[in-house]
Amino acid sequence: MTNSHKKTLFSHDLPATPMDPALQASRDQKIKVAMIGLCGCWGCTLSLLDMDEALIGLLDKVTILRSSLTDIKRIRQRCAIGFIEGGVANEENIETLKEYREHCDILISVGACAIWGGVPAMRNEVELSSCLEEAYVDSITAVANAIPTIPYHEDIPRITTKVYPCHEVVKMDYFIPGCPPDGGTILKVLDDLVNGREFDLPTTMNRYD
Amino acid sequence: MSIQITLDGRPVSTQAGANLVDVAAEHGVYIPTLCYLKGKPCLGTCRICSVSVNGRIAAACTVSVSDGMIVAVDEPALADMRKALIEMLFIEGNHNCPSCEKSGRCDLQAVGYDVGMLVPRFPYRFTPHQREVGAERIWLERDRCIFCQRCVDYIHDQHSGQKIFTIKGRGSNARIEIDKTLADQMSAEQVREAAELCPVGCIIEKGVGFNRPIGERKFEIKSVRQRALEDDV
Ligand code: SF4
Ligand code: SF4
Ligand code: SF4
Repeated sequence: MTNSHKKTLFSHDLPATPMDPALQASRDQKIKVAMIGLCGCWGCTLSLLDMDEALIGLLDKVTILRSSLTDIKRIRQRCAIGFIEGGVANEENIETLKEYREHCDILISVGACAIWGGVPAMRNEVELSSCLEEAYVDSITAVANAIPTIPYHEDIPRITTKVYPCHEVVKMDYFIPGCPPDGGTILKVLDDLVNGREFDLPTTMNRYD
Repeated sequence: MSIQITLDGRPVSTQAGANLVDVAAEHGVYIPTLCYLKGKPCLGTCRICSVSVNGRIAAACTVSVSDGMIVAVDEPALADMRKALIEMLFIEGNHNCPSCEKSGRCDLQAVGYDVGMLVPRFPYRFTPHQREVGAERIWLERDRCIFCQRCVDYIHDQHSGQKIFTIKGRGSNARIEIDKTLADQMSAEQVREAAELCPVGCIIEKGVGFNRPIGERKFEIKSVRQRALEDDV
């Protein structure tokens, strides 16, 4: 996202404390994994953490660069496996997704929102203007006597006319349906890829809800 | 009359005139279906059961077996074609499974899992459909109708024999309609029958929604394939 305010600092540009060299060296050996959220509800990103203790076993092999714990959207280093939650609903999502694609060897759509737009895509059936009016002008929860305003500011990413699945914006390599998929399902995919096996989602693990 | 056909390269003995979907199931070969209901007159609308019969593609539910027939089901190209048909149904309607009352007991969803659909190869269309909520105990969620015609052909008014459901319009203008007067005269059992008969979540019984916990729903207990092969629909 571009911004004309000189003072604006994005989370991905924040200075970070240099890491202990030994720790950094051990991390450099590991397979880099990340999960970034676009227009979703956090459910899918939480499912990644829902692998519980299985995650600890995997940490010998992988290091997680991005997750819901920091919610930093941009990635500036090469990443082996990138998971993505949510579809594309604004211009900032497009930029994030394109940059993510450039930095990831394998990019995976996780969940209904990333795969087809999900709940946010329900607005695709109506005009964007009536959607915004319903939310901000004619909303039953609108503040009484306030002038109804549809938010517009250069710091607010411009909303896209429709919500798009990720694979309609960049090439996605694999898909894990579900709303959200179980932690175990994401684990199965991650474990296969980390250990050099092919992506394979068995029928019994495939869920659209 | 006892005859022999070749099913996926295997000789199989069966009775002349039997339905190909049933014959295949009896011999352990699952052919996915959405509109076909064993024992009811064939509709042949959904085409999901497309297989090769004597080298030509045919909807298996419309085929009565005859001696010497050569049938192929489990070939990669045929499986991919059936998968494409399923994918088309998903993008033609608006199938938001996470918010659907039928989820977990929906034939379309269950067959989607069986054919291994993760994401349709076609772009989503998001065509708006007006839902019909006018009848007292039934509502039609038209986003999900696949035009199988089960409701049209199998549900009739118990007194007059008239159709209660009809399809109006053609092509992209086609929509399922309900005769509200007749619908309001349906017995509770018939309302339930209609809702269960609908292979997707289009015919919905009002007041009955997410009444079964996730993990205990129809196709979570037993997959659509298992049910078909065990004759347990
Ligand atoms: S797919 Fe479901 S759980 Fe995942 S982000 Fe979308 S709404 Fe949330
Ligand atoms: S009808 Fe079936 S496939 Fe469509 S949204 Fe409902 S559960 Fe999903
Ligand atoms: S309402 Fe249901 S049963 Fe009737 S045609 Fe549509 S999908 Fe088939």
